[in-house]
Amino acid sequence: MATAPDVRRLPRFSRTERALHWVHASAFFVLLGSGLCLYLPSLAQLVGRRPLLKDIHVYTALAWLVALALVILAGDRRRLLADAREIEIFDDDDLGWLRRRGNPQGRFNAGQKINVIVTAALAFLFTLTGFFLWYGERNHAFRLQNALVVHDWLMYISFFLVLGHLYLSLVHRSTRHSLSGITRGWVREDWALKHHAKWAAQASPDD
Amino acid sequence: MPDPLPSSEHRYGRRGFLLLVAGGASSLLWAGPISSFLSPLTSAGSQLVGNLFPVGGWRIYTISGSMPIFDPASWRLEVGGLVKRPRTLTYDQLTALPRAEQTSTFHCVTGWTVKNVHWTGVRFQQLFDLVQPLPSATAVRFVSMERPYDDSLTLEQLRLPDAMLALELDHQPLSRPHGAPARVILPEMYGYKGVKWLTKMEFVAKQPRGFWEQHGYDQNAWVGRSNGYGS
Repeated sequence: MATAPDVRRLPRFSRTERALHWVHASAFFVLLGSGLCLYLPSLAQLVGRRPLLKDIHVYTALAWLVALALVILAGDRRRLLADAREIEIFDDDDLGWLRRRGNPQGRFNAGQKINVIVTAALAFLFTLTGFFLWYGERNHAFRLQNALVVHDWLMYISFFLVLGHLYLSLVHRSTRHSLSGITRGWVREDWALKHHAKWAAQASPDD
Repeated sequence: MPDPLPSSEHRYGRRGFLLLVAGGASSLLWAGPISSFLSPLTSAGSQLVGNLFPVGGWRIYTISGSMPIFDPASWRLEVGGLVKRPRTLTYDQLTALPRAEQTSTFHCVTGWTVKNVHWTGVRFQQLFDLVQPLPSATAVRFVSMERPYDDSLTLEQLRLPDAMLALELDHQPLSRPHGAPARVILPEMYGYKGVKWLTKMEFVAKQPRGFWEQHGYDQNAWVGRSNGYGS
């Protein structure tokens, strides 16, 4: 996407933040694809090779957790803590924005804050139920009858959450420039002033 | 203690995360009853959307997208192959054979389990006595009315004490989703070995690979010891 020379860029997401996002996103799609091939008879029939798919699913989950830990350990933890603090606090402008009153927003708008909170909870619950599914096969004392039902419900919730996320970041004309923040790290100042006015007013341009 | 916030700011993030985690983790206790409660709503749609939803703890799978219809008047069970006395049984002849009952756990290879399932049916030894397998027979190929679904079990496996040709589930004749009028049950193995909507039993010298085995699934589908589970 070419930008006019006089359009200023504001740095939005650091390398650590982007790495965390893409580790999570890529693992999600591999886990979703392999999981559906294990779960839906029509896909299981098409793809076959169940032991291989199962290994892909389990080892991707492990790699995902290890990669998240590595990004946190080796990355800019101060920045991640600042993100966490920002997401923790909802101010009156956030509550107004959620009521569609158009209040100015910070670096994360209230919807993005909710998305991060729900995604973190889903990640935790996927790990918990996935552990019971995996370990329950090895030790039947840990085989919880509802673990699969909950794992499935989490999949449905995540699936629709990701669909909405993809729509806003790839399709919706007004918001899709946000993709630049998570791929290249910067966004146009004019876009930031419109969508994240409180943050844009304080942010320094990236020269 | 965190610093007090201005009245216009609220600490909602961590609280929201913990509430979601607590709700999600507690659903390990209540998800089953809710899932069963919703099953009348989801069962009708389950065939349309690729069998996504559990039906009363069960998930009904088909390979062709539609379930065969059982007609008691025309249905036959053909029992032949390497036997001395091939037979073709009507539904009435099959149900007239001595009955056995059992309560066992049903495991699906996709990870779900239904406990305390009550089956009524016929032990395979009854059918063996009827047709008298030849010494060269080592396995039985089971063929479903749902083509091309077939699978096989060895005679040794079919002589396990809880192997059964099931005709009833929880004291009711098998429903269409559960494989009416007859399905194979071997609780020690995953459900894909238990052919539903059975119409033919063929005694063979060498155990063939069934539908799912041709798609990479294990021939001997022991629960916890096959298909990537256990060692």
